[in-house]
Amino acid sequence: MEPRRTSRTVSDPKVRQVGFFTSQHHHHHHHHLPERSFSEPPLPDPFHTSTSTSSAPVTDVSPSGNLLSPVMILPSRHHSDNLHRLSHRATSPTASFSYFARAVVVRENDDSLLSPGRRGIAVKSPSSVVAASSFPKGGFDLTAVKASSVPASKLTTVSVVNLPPGISEKAGGASVEVQNDRPAKSKPLKQKTSKAERRATQEAQRAAKAAAKAFFNLLLKLAVDLYSLAEGSKTSAAVPGPVNSANTKTAKSPKSPSQKNDAVSVAAAEKKAGDRQLEKDRKKDVPHPRMQYDDQSRVEKAKRRAVVKQTEARNRVELFRHLPQYEHGTQLPDLESKFFQLDPMHPAVYKVGLQYLSGDICGGNARCIAMLQAFQETIRSYSTPPEKSLVRDLTAKISSYVSFLNECRPLSISMGNAIRFLKSTIAKLPLSMSESEAKATLQADIDRFINEKIILADNVIVKHAVTKIRDGDVLLTYGASSAVEMVLLHAHELGKQFRVVVVDSRPKLEGQLLLRRLVGRGLGCTYTHINAVSYIMHEVTRVFLGASSILSNGTVYSRVGTACVAMAAHAFGVPVLVCCEAYKFHERVQLDSICFNELGDPDAISKVHGREEINYLDGSTNSENLQLLNLTYDATPSDYVSIVITDYGMVPPTSVPVIVREYRKEHLWI
Amino acid sequence: MWWRSPSFILDRQQQNDTASLNPEATSVSSPPPSMADTLQNPNPDANISAYYQTRAAHHGVLTSDWLAQAQAAVGRQPEDKLLGNDARAASAAGGAGKRFSVIDEFNSWRKQPDLAEAVAAIRALAAVIRASQATTMMELEIELKKASDSLKSWDTTSISLTAGCDLFIRYVTRTSALEYEDFNSAKCRLIERAEKFGEISYKARRIIAMLSQDFIFDGCTILVHGFSRVVLEVLKTAAQNKKLFRVFCTEGRPDRTGLRLSDELAKLDVPVKLLMDSAVAYSMDEVDMVFVGADGVVESGGIINMMGTYQVALVAHSMNKPVYVAAESYKFARLYPLDQKDMAPALHPVDFGVPIPAKVEVEKSARDYTPPQYLTLLFTDLGVLTPSVVSDELIQLYL
Repeated sequence: MEPRRTSRTVSDPKVRQVGFFTSQHHHHHHHHLPERSFSEPPLPDPFHTSTSTSSAPVTDVSPSGNLLSPVMILPSRHHSDNLHRLSHRATSPTASFSYFARAVVVRENDDSLLSPGRRGIAVKSPSSVVAASSFPKGGFDLTAVKASSVPASKLTTVSVVNLPPGISEKAGGASVEVQNDRPAKSKPLKQKTSKAERRATQEAQRAAKAAAKAFFNLLLKLAVDLYSLAEGSKTSAAVPGPVNSANTKTAKSPKSPSQKNDAVSVAAAEKKAGDRQLEKDRKKDVPHPRMQYDDQSRVEKAKRRAVVKQTEARNRVELFRHLPQYEHGTQLPDLESKFFQLDPMHPAVYKVGLQYLSGDICGGNARCIAMLQAFQETIRSYSTPPEKSLVRDLTAKISSYVSFLNECRPLSISMGNAIRFLKSTIAKLPLSMSESEAKATLQADIDRFINEKIILADNVIVKHAVTKIRDGDVLLTYGASSAVEMVLLHAHELGKQFRVVVVDSRPKLEGQLLLRRLVGRGLGCTYTHINAVSYIMHEVTRVFLGASSILSNGTVYSRVGTACVAMAAHAFGVPVLVCCEAYKFHERVQLDSICFNELGDPDAISKVHGREEINYLDGSTNSENLQLLNLTYDATPSDYVSIVITDYGMVPPTSVPVIVREYRKEHLWI
Repeated sequence: MWWRSPSFILDRQQQNDTASLNPEATSVSSPPPSMADTLQNPNPDANISAYYQTRAAHHGVLTSDWLAQAQAAVGRQPEDKLLGNDARAASAAGGAGKRFSVIDEFNSWRKQPDLAEAVAAIRALAAVIRASQATTMMELEIELKKASDSLKSWDTTSISLTAGCDLFIRYVTRTSALEYEDFNSAKCRLIERAEKFGEISYKARRIIAMLSQDFIFDGCTILVHGFSRVVLEVLKTAAQNKKLFRVFCTEGRPDRTGLRLSDELAKLDVPVKLLMDSAVAYSMDEVDMVFVGADGVVESGGIINMMGTYQVALVAHSMNKPVYVAAESYKFARLYPLDQKDMAPALHPVDFGVPIPAKVEVEKSARDYTPPQYLTLLFTDLGVLTPSVVSDELIQLYL
């Protein structure tokens, strides 16, 4: 039985199309389908196999059927092993190649290898190994950037040439020539040169990754780097010892790119550097790790960059030290006073940030809409600085705004998705588009996102959810979810007879807001705190919950306490309905509430406003032995969720990844 | 609702309200809205779901003298009624003129005992396209939609009929043929697709039977609840493949479908044993797997099937026996029941053999909903699926 399942998943999940699919090139598979399944009964899924084979060439990102030429390597007679390594790296899936156009021709120059003088000096391995192991990254990144900026059909050439000093070779077109000299050096120097070299390649890498510069800038930079590298190795050769680091620094300063470099000696140790490079490529492929706030050095760095000067809370709970926690209420006046000084920050963004900080805007949808509208505002007043391109500059601007907002309050997952959408829209703007046109398009796109993904989605959710409300129901809800509120109000408008139990919890007491609005519209409500949930669950027939996000394993990530309510409902056999817009779905998987969460103000749980006589903790909040934990979110396992109501209909929580997979790509975020 | 907590004043009001708000009472007293349309809906008896009338006609216990009594009790009456219905339907359609009628076509297909209702509907809809005198694609589409609506309203309780019609429309009209310049070639294309769809649906049962053979091993004991043509096909194929297995059939009250199945299996020389519906837990120890069919497969991955399936699945689950469902993909419906009462009830008369006192209520619902966590695998013509995949397939089909 198990093999069946695995074989099914093996058939390319991306192009898995099943059942009564209708696109043209599939239909001819139908008629021989039955015979096929007769002849091979253990075939788990005839439709799948037939379609996946038929539609394989259709996939746009299939690595084999890539339209653009992959890395091409001209055959070499002498160093096939070395080339093999190169090509392997180039095609290995872990290497950090995006699906951009890329065309690299690595040309091995045989003459250089045959040059007799160099043979004698060679330390251990032939020079081509050096070049191959130490440059591939820089070279490839460079071409990746270049290829994306020039038409893909053009074959770009980067030749890593090994030549004896004095002879330079033109490879034609846009080519970078590197002449490698081979100074005969003793061992202690190797390390130093390797350091310098690594530094240079890193530099090139960073430049390429940022992709903010046009190719010629990069070319220049690479040349500078190579120059500095050469200088570094030279000086380090001349002056051994601690002076070396200073030397490499000074070596970087000269700006004239020289064609004649003496450069680079290497030996086996260099291979290691290359491997490390590979390691780094791999790391780049995995998503960027979240900032860990228990990492002292990184926190310090982040602080220096920060606009919002937060004071960190002292006593943080053991398990949650990786999350940011600040003293609340101190920074607001300071920020307000800075309102007119902050040059780089757009006032609209600044305002929204302050509203997040003070808690004036809360709730996933509200925060997301506020942020998008602020961005809209910034785009409206944006003008491209001279000698910069709108696409790059605006993306950088948005990124800086996002980091500011993140400082005010950690971004929610839905906001992350919205930002991703915005950035991809910006990136997709055609280069030929004029600035005013581009701005108008972006604003329209943001409007469309708000309308389609949030407002219309909510309407659809309401339409679906009311079908699950029957006369005589007792509905329980927790906290204040805007979607659930709309569902309840709409069901009431339709004349359904039901009663609502609003469960609430300290310290936010958001439920009271919801309660006020519901009662104001004439719904019969019961208000209770979460302590009473197991008592009240007896009489409940449906539990409606909102969500901050739903993750790929069906985990519902929502206001803290939701998991408790869902589990109680499950224990009582009451169905749990989660209303969540699809833009809040995320492809991440999370198993607990610890690794990603948000910490609220610890004072909020230690103090009760207006009740001085029960503030027992007054004197002891600063005690070493007291750690206050005010979590904002928690994760509800999918076992406790009966149904997810989303804008694509009512689905079980197990189908969340399907929606993420099927609709992300066509709905232009990612 | 007497167990409700006394803490709410509202509860008391509700109690008074809900006394008369019994779901059973409402559904019987107020016929579904579609019933008003009598021309399109020639099903006068709202007390019995048309779906179960068809089933009774097809699966009614027909042979062997020892079954004669059961036959008299169940088989005859609905059959007579059904024939009456047909006649009336025919006359209604005839009265509307000489025009082609889907219902007619559907009924003629439906009379074939081996043809599932949904397949009959699919065939009938294909005939609609063929007989259509529409001159534009839009017109044809509207006509098709109308025909499918009238089929659906013919029996609102049949899940597979509704799902089959929906899927047909999806499959047939979602094609680039609609962009053809020439209407006739586009129509040909549609007919081609319609027939292909009919063919797939027709062959689904064979595919399922082939797929499920790996799961039936020699010496196993299979518990079957209800009569399902797919399950019968599965067992038949297994018997033809010379597998050695025995079958426990539940009686399948009230229409005793289990008797019919045991009869069919006995003909195939499969050792078969009849159980009372209430003896499922008693004999579950000996059982290696449970096989059931389905009226409909819903989006959660659960199934809606003959009354008693839920409890069989519960017992099997608690004893760690696998529960396999054999269902064609045209039974995949975009429904998501949260609990047993969360679907339109399909009613079915229950004969207790003795007169029931007037004050005693009788549960007449003919089917129940089995949640996905109690099912092990679904054998469909799309492959062998876990329950959670059903929703994935539906998402891909409908969105």
